[in-house]
Amino acid sequence: MKNRHEMLGMTDEQVLSIYEMMLLARRLDERMWLLNRSGKIPFVISCQGQEAAQVGASFALNREIDYIAPYYRDLGVVLSFGMTAKELMLSAFAKAEDPNSGGRQMPGHFGQKKNRILTGSSPVTTQVPHAVGVALASKMENKNFVSFVTLGEGSSNQGDFHEGLNFAGVHKLPVITMVENNKYAISVPMEKQIASENVSIRASSYGMPGVTVDGNDPLAVYEAVKQARNRAVNGEGPTLIEAVSYRLTAHSSDDDDKYREKDEVNEAKKQDAIVTFADYLRDVNVLNEEIIESINQKIMEIVNEATDYAESAAYADPEHALRYVYEE
Amino acid sequence: MAIMTYIQAITSALREEMLRDEKVFVLGEDVGKKGGVFRATDGLYDEFGEYRVLDTPLSESAIAGVGIGAAMYGMRPVAEMQFADFILPAVNQIISEAAKIRYRSNNDWNVPMTIRAPYGGGVHGALYHSQSVEAIFANQPGLKIVMPSTPYDAKGLLKSAIRDNDPVLFFEHKRAYRLLKGEVPEEDYTLPIGKAEVKREGADITVITYGLCVHFALQAAEKLEKEGISTHILDLRTVYPLDKDSIIEAAKKTGKVLLITEDNKEGSIIGEVAAIIAENCLFDLDAPIKRLAGPDVPAMPYAPTMEKFFMINPEKCEKAMRDLAEF
Amino acid sequence: MTTEKITMPQLGESVTEGTISTWLVSVGDKVNKYDPIAEVLTDKVNAEVPSSFTGKIVELTVEEGKTVAVGDVICIIEVEGNDSVTTEHENKENVVLEKQNTDHTDHSMKKRYSPAVLRLAQENDIDLTSVMGTGRGGRITRKDIEKLLETGITNSTNNPSQPRESHESNKGKSTAPAESVSAALDGDIEIPVTGVRRAISEKMVRSKQEIPHAWMTVEVDVTDLVSFRDSKKDEFKRKEGFNLTYFAFFVKAVATALKKYPQLNSTWAGDKIIQRKDVHLSIAVAANDSLFVPVIKHADEKSIKGIARDIHELAMKAREKRLTQEDIQGGTFTVNNTGSFGSIQSMGIINHPQAAILQVESIVKRPVIINNMFAARDMVNLCLSLDHRILDGLICGQFLREIKQTLEKMNEDTISIY
Repeated sequence: MKNRHEMLGMTDEQVLSIYEMMLLARRLDERMWLLNRSGKIPFVISCQGQEAAQVGASFALNREIDYIAPYYRDLGVVLSFGMTAKELMLSAFAKAEDPNSGGRQMPGHFGQKKNRILTGSSPVTTQVPHAVGVALASKMENKNFVSFVTLGEGSSNQGDFHEGLNFAGVHKLPVITMVENNKYAISVPMEKQIASENVSIRASSYGMPGVTVDGNDPLAVYEAVKQARNRAVNGEGPTLIEAVSYRLTAHSSDDDDKYREKDEVNEAKKQDAIVTFADYLRDVNVLNEEIIESINQKIMEIVNEATDYAESAAYADPEHALRYVYEE
Repeated sequence: MAIMTYIQAITSALREEMLRDEKVFVLGEDVGKKGGVFRATDGLYDEFGEYRVLDTPLSESAIAGVGIGAAMYGMRPVAEMQFADFILPAVNQIISEAAKIRYRSNNDWNVPMTIRAPYGGGVHGALYHSQSVEAIFANQPGLKIVMPSTPYDAKGLLKSAIRDNDPVLFFEHKRAYRLLKGEVPEEDYTLPIGKAEVKREGADITVITYGLCVHFALQAAEKLEKEGISTHILDLRTVYPLDKDSIIEAAKKTGKVLLITEDNKEGSIIGEVAAIIAENCLFDLDAPIKRLAGPDVPAMPYAPTMEKFFMINPEKCEKAMRDLAEF
Repeated sequence: MTTEKITMPQLGESVTEGTISTWLVSVGDKVNKYDPIAEVLTDKVNAEVPSSFTGKIVELTVEEGKTVAVGDVICIIEVEGNDSVTTEHENKENVVLEKQNTDHTDHSMKKRYSPAVLRLAQENDIDLTSVMGTGRGGRITRKDIEKLLETGITNSTNNPSQPRESHESNKGKSTAPAESVSAALDGDIEIPVTGVRRAISEKMVRSKQEIPHAWMTVEVDVTDLVSFRDSKKDEFKRKEGFNLTYFAFFVKAVATALKKYPQLNSTWAGDKIIQRKDVHLSIAVAANDSLFVPVIKHADEKSIKGIARDIHELAMKAREKRLTQEDIQGGTFTVNNTGSFGSIQSMGIINHPQAAILQVESIVKRPVIINNMFAARDMVNLCLSLDHRILDGLICGQFLREIKQTLEKMNEDTISIY
């Protein structure tokens, strides 16, 4: 078994961190579903199946200076950029201390200025021009940060995707766009969404490279984003990356995925990066059962503690609804 | 004091703010080398370079969206929509994003962006170069909408808009650009957003309006003065959020209120002004609240006869004002 | 040991209920927090509902297949120790009851008259300074004025010639009742006065206030008419398709009598009395909560069948609310079929500006002495209300006698229905 991460210049600690981060995202997500099914939180929208792409990409970025414009499934991205499990649970429970929105937005609408996570909304793809704007600022101010924006494959049909990418291409801006292709836009499969053979080919219209990578392989995604970042900071402009994986859950807690076959989902679960990446790490002797045990125990403690804290935290005062329309 | 046209006031406000603050930059279609289709950014490209006066691709949603991103980072973008009529592709970015970013992030993020757009008719611009679009945005808390009527107001308010830490829509009447001239101070000054101004003191009737219609009302008031009709004129200047106190005060002053807009009548800004007066001034009113506005047809036609029929002018103002005075 | 309840969760943004499709646990089972306990089916999703506690199932309160509302208890768990840390943090909601404005001493708004109040006051010559307002700060509301007009208790009258002084002297007396009447007590129902009701009320008030009413009643023996009508009614209905009512005969008799005594077919016009040439008889028709008075035009020129048809059609139109302005205008005298309500005596209010109204009461079989012998006869009372400005007892007595004689003579030989 060849050690792929060493070839990418990564240490064992780094890949283990990637695995831990992926697992934390998964366990948090699973807990949110249970809380939803117990009637404790109204809504969940999932990252399950996309953790490898999210965490792999994040680790290739400079998590100290880069700006990110995540989309609603990016639990793995925001965790990697410093949002804590507790903060995410506060958001799930819509409590006052939620740093994303103070309980104003549904979960999955991320935003945290101190970690350079741009605030997001529900209309899809609006974040693409925002990331381009941040990249424009980076170029204007001769900074060396890049912006990283994600979206689903369905969203790559929106005007803002094309307007944003074209703008970035014209001005050679340091922005990395990663489409997390999980094969479904709610119920509509990829082939009914996109006429081109894949999403990355769309880059050719906008004067930037487009690559399609295995979204279940955090190292492949890491490599692609690393290259894109190098291009960006060298003034070579933007890159489009398509990370192909599979959405393991229904679209959201409000969705019943009867529109796809159980077999299809079961087949996809065999490629689940939580399993396959652990296999790889075992193969290269970074991971063993003892370490897995201790990681799991540690993560469940984090998840439990975050749940308990958020559940008993206070809601915002009703009149808080009136605040922060304008600068105060 | 220098005499400036309305558009010169705009250009000088942009230039002074760009000199004052390096974070200020202009982006839009044809704003760079050409200096804007109306020449509002004339000379700025040569003075400040390509990236401070950025020619964007022809895509309004990107102009707004990229501006929002840059603003969230900490820049102070001044985006230009070539015509207000073409702002509609950017509405999702303006209403779903810019207007809500401070609120949705619980005060974590904000958007210090100005969006300028020439609006209004009477310039043979037909349906898609004549519209008043302010009402589309005027029920979106988080936005501010400024529509100045004079060169002095335009400069002072544009500077305030650029320095504001929230998104401001700044609509300039394109017919005012070269039609209106006025004194503008040499030194730096700003005017408060959200404050209406009395443009003429009077005792018989009150006219509340904004933009180019302020001038039509002023001209009509001049004529009516000779007939012994004294007109009080309030210029809203900021049409969202409205300056309720000034509106109430002006309405109470005479008890006879005429509201004027160039926009289609139903659902326009002045309907809200009427509501404010109705809620607060019942016992001060001496006549029904009257409205003078464009007809409820989609937009202004091209042919001069039909354009004139649609457009507000001093004669229409005079007739409506006399009618109210005689009530 | 304490017990905790598990409730039906809301599974989806718009979901209000869920069905327990399968219980995954039984009473007595031990469960851990987040273990699935039931499969739930909703409009939007099928889901496994997890336990919110670690403990022992003591009761499943909802059977499989049953649908319950979100928030209903579905199962009870006995928890060990104090494993109830997850009890939802509830924000204390301060329920502040808004203080009712009961300050009746504030009269700051007493003289703030709305345009609507001013208009009503002017139109009805109401002195607003003497009206008590029920609005905040003592403001006189439009409703206050409308109530005054409706109850007729105003400190003014409809006679503009009445001197002001009398308003002043009436002040206290007239406004106080309006105030006390206006308050609905607990359990009372307030019914808004709608267009028709308001029109009726205004008309009645006007008639009673303007016209000095006087009354007179005669008793009529209609035994022959009854037997005649009973013998014809079935055949008539079959042939004509509508009923041959007694009322048609009375209307006919009244129309004929009016031709002879035109004094009763007239109107008070201040400095003159106008006698009408045409006999247009208003007939009162009750429909649900409304009262309509459509008109049989030229009743004197119509046969009994023609009158019966008019009555039938106008009554239908009234009940179906199809009456036109044409149908209800031009009446010169009113005949009111109070007998249809079972009344045997009543005092009608004159249909302003007519001169009189005749109430036709119920026909009742009564013992009557004829030729010193008791006989069972069909008797009916005719009650006349008259405008004493226009009419006196003499002329009205003659008029009523004329009708009485006509009706008593009505029998198979004298009447032609057609």
